[in-house]
Amino acid sequence: MKYTRLKIAVVAMACFAVSAAAAHAESLAIRNCTWCHGGSAQGYTPAPRLAGQRPQYIEKQLMNFSAHTRDNPFSKLYMWGAAANLSPLAARNLAVYFSTIPPKAANDGDRELAAAGRAIYQEGIPDANIVACVACHGPNAQGVGEIPRLGGLAYTYLKRRLEQWGQGYHAAAGPPMPQIASKLSPKHIAALASYLSFMK
Amino acid sequence: MQLVGLAVLTIVFSATSRADAAASSNSAVVAKLAYCQDCHGQSGQGYRGFFPIPRLAGQQIEYLENQLRAFVERRRPNPIMSNVAHVLSPDMITALAAKFRDFNPKPLGGGPKDLVAKGERIFQDGVPEANVAACAACHGPKALGYEQIPRLAGQLYPYLIKELTNWGKERGQNPAHPDASFIMAPIAHSLTKSQVDAVAAYLSDLK
Repeated sequence: MKYTRLKIAVVAMACFAVSAAAAHAESLAIRNCTWCHGGSAQGYTPAPRLAGQRPQYIEKQLMNFSAHTRDNPFSKLYMWGAAANLSPLAARNLAVYFSTIPPKAANDGDRELAAAGRAIYQEGIPDANIVACVACHGPNAQGVGEIPRLGGLAYTYLKRRLEQWGQGYHAAAGPPMPQIASKLSPKHIAALASYLSFMK
Repeated sequence: MQLVGLAVLTIVFSATSRADAAASSNSAVVAKLAYCQDCHGQSGQGYRGFFPIPRLAGQQIEYLENQLRAFVERRRPNPIMSNVAHVLSPDMITALAAKFRDFNPKPLGGGPKDLVAKGERIFQDGVPEANVAACAACHGPKALGYEQIPRLAGQLYPYLIKELTNWGKERGQNPAHPDASFIMAPIAHSLTKSQVDAVAAYLSDLK
């Protein structure tokens, strides 16, 4: 009887040790992200907010970084290395973790441009052959599947990404973003980034 | 002699300006086509955005013309497509419809495979006990459509479900402009959820 109890105790301790080690490893991986993306993953210039982002989008981007297809300057500088040794499973676990943190809006755009940005986002500019962002990114810019949430991301991040799509970075992602962004003027981009930065 | 020279010059100039007009309208069609492709896909294969964006490839020209008019006339209330359609001239619509008619990409697919056989039966034979006609009777045995009746082969699974589920709220909404969509209303209404899913699964993978 005593022997059985001892065995249970040993097994229980072993289990605890294993799960503690796993939790420790996971928290290390998360901490490697939050050094730059912020303690609550709300973003910290130039690293974008990850909180509330679509898990399939985060996972796909991590794979894009490790495959070097997302080749934007900051991606090359920071994320190629950060994602180099991530297994697909680790990428998925990180993606799910960050997607569950409630996002906060950056609110750092130009308020006076928000109305113009809203018009482009919700209606497009048919005369200039600029499509409405809402069709793919959703009425509240919440995204879906591999299509990212844009609402509440930081102005500088949104602006930079829209400029870089038009400049040919991350072209391997294929249509439609490179074509769409290349038609946007600097004014359009400033308006869109402003509007989106205030979205909840 | 001078007069003849002037006449020749005039002819040359008017010929050049006609050519310019043709070239500029051609480049306008190319730019507008690229705009359609931004959402509907490079080969018109459709796209799974936040909203399902339908396949236009291989679609009937008359159907596309009629639907673009429907957005303007609010027979199909759709804020995005109403904006898009408002700035299109009839010539532009016909030119764009002809371009999409010629695309032939493979279907995006993605519907549940285990529903395909049931969907095929409904499409080819209808559901007689529920007064649902065979879809093939109007849309054709290969679901390629005819004039104002749309091609359904290869259409997106979530788009087909959305349209069949919301037919009475999305089509024929302007009493001042009645259209052919009323034919589908009782059929869409009589189909059960599982029958809609099955037909959509069958069509979404059909070449």
